[in-house]
Amino acid sequence: MQSAIEVRGLVKRYGEFEAVKGIDLDVAQGEILAFLGPNGAGKTTSIEILEGFRDRDAGEVHVLGVDPEKAPLSWRERIGIVLQESEADSVLTAREAVTMQAGYYTAPRNPEEVLEIVGLTDSADVRNRKLSGGQKRRLDLAMALVGDPELVFLDEPTTGFDPSARRESWEMIESLRQLGNTVLLTTHYMDEAEHLADRIVVIGGGEIVARGTADELAEQVDATTRITWKPTPSEPAPPSLLPITRDNVTGMAIVETTHVMAHLHALTSWAIENSIDLAELNVARPTLEDVYLRLTDSGGGE
Amino acid sequence: MSMFKRLSHQVSYDLMVFRRNPAATFFTLILPLIFLFIFTSIFGNETLNNGAKVATLYVPGILSLALISATTVNLAITMVGRRERGMLKRVRGTPIPPWVFVVSQGIAGFVLSVLMTIIITFIGWLVFEVSFNWETIPALLISLIIGAACFSAMGLGLTSIIPSEDAAPAVTNAIMLPLYFISDVFIPAEQIPDSIGTVANIFPIKHQARALQDHYNPFIDGVTWPWEHWLVILAWGAFGLLVTLKSFRWTPQR
Repeated sequence: MQSAIEVRGLVKRYGEFEAVKGIDLDVAQGEILAFLGPNGAGKTTSIEILEGFRDRDAGEVHVLGVDPEKAPLSWRERIGIVLQESEADSVLTAREAVTMQAGYYTAPRNPEEVLEIVGLTDSADVRNRKLSGGQKRRLDLAMALVGDPELVFLDEPTTGFDPSARRESWEMIESLRQLGNTVLLTTHYMDEAEHLADRIVVIGGGEIVARGTADELAEQVDATTRITWKPTPSEPAPPSLLPITRDNVTGMAIVETTHVMAHLHALTSWAIENSIDLAELNVARPTLEDVYLRLTDSGGGE
Repeated sequence: MSMFKRLSHQVSYDLMVFRRNPAATFFTLILPLIFLFIFTSIFGNETLNNGAKVATLYVPGILSLALISATTVNLAITMVGRRERGMLKRVRGTPIPPWVFVVSQGIAGFVLSVLMTIIITFIGWLVFEVSFNWETIPALLISLIIGAACFSAMGLGLTSIIPSEDAAPAVTNAIMLPLYFISDVFIPAEQIPDSIGTVANIFPIKHQARALQDHYNPFIDGVTWPWEHWLVILAWGAFGLLVTLKSFRWTPQR
């Protein structure tokens, strides 16, 4: 199957500064891919090159089989764009804004249907200036979807949102999967990438530092698991194979290990034999947030 | 999709946005009417020696004001707003050809100018016995077409020197207000010193006002075709278009 997006050796410079340092990227049709990285990592620059808003300095780019720099206007019939910052006309209603946008396309979706998809039907006749931040973002998505695109770009769809607005947006973005759209989204939230994307590409300092599913990313970093519990003063000495440390503040016993199963087994067997409670026992795998911070930290280098 | 359909689609939304913008509607639709009433109450509405009313002489200046508000001023302000709010960038992400978007701004300005010409002439006739020579309609329409097209192009060109939405009304008014005063819009030509009148000749507003004066002049029986004024307006329009083509930006400044 043909890739929706194919990028080889993409380079973008701003004067002396190399913002994007030769990245490769493939997005399969129907896939949701997250482009994850901190601010200034080169995410928006890269996505704007793919959207045809910026020219590149080197590399090959094919979006739906077309080079965005030389794309005819008909290419824009097939893509939908949610920009990082763009407003709809504040004096129009959501329904009017979506209908106006629909008029730009040869074969648009029915505006009512699109308002339904993004969940704006109830607020469709309210002037846009009165919509909440989350509703405005829904409208942005509705305007990107009304042209019935194959590929949707979402540039930081939830930046600056409160947690409930983010949840709402996530549900909405997941509905794109049902529509069969290919989606490329940028974000600097690990949990967002983990929640929404089939695959994650981590970018730091203009380079790709890791790629894969959320689980694969976690494996790429040799992170230790922490086993913790609250020891009682009367308990006998634990098995000597456990590398136990103590947190002087909380008094918790800590085992940091990469042999999770063996060490857990030793610990729990000892606890059963000695009838120990292992109060507040906790086994914590490294969070993806930890993985992400480690990746962009070592990969950024600037 | 037919170009006509695309243009009419965009024009209808531009007019809808205009209608719901209180500042734009006030300056373009209401203020010119207020001026008509103020001028006639300050300067009077005497009967001229050929039987025409003086109010007839106020109409062309007021129409110039309405036309320029509907085009240069309105476009410079709304387009900078649309640019800085990312709306133009969004439009660029769609298959609509950029020229359709740009040309429809001029068409919307023309529609508003014709509307104001009808309203002001009609109310002027109803209230102040303003006279109107029906034979001048073709020439008047040409003046409105050239005016709307060229002053729209100047408005679009002006956006490239305006950095932010906040600056837009200030920059536009700083340029336009002094020109209104020296360009026979508010003050009759005979009360403006020659030296200032000469300066005003360089700029297009006076020529727009003069062209319209020809169509409303109660001392002219037939029809005049104000070629020399049209040419100056067209030259400024071409300049505006050139600047627009070279430096119009679709993306926010930031």
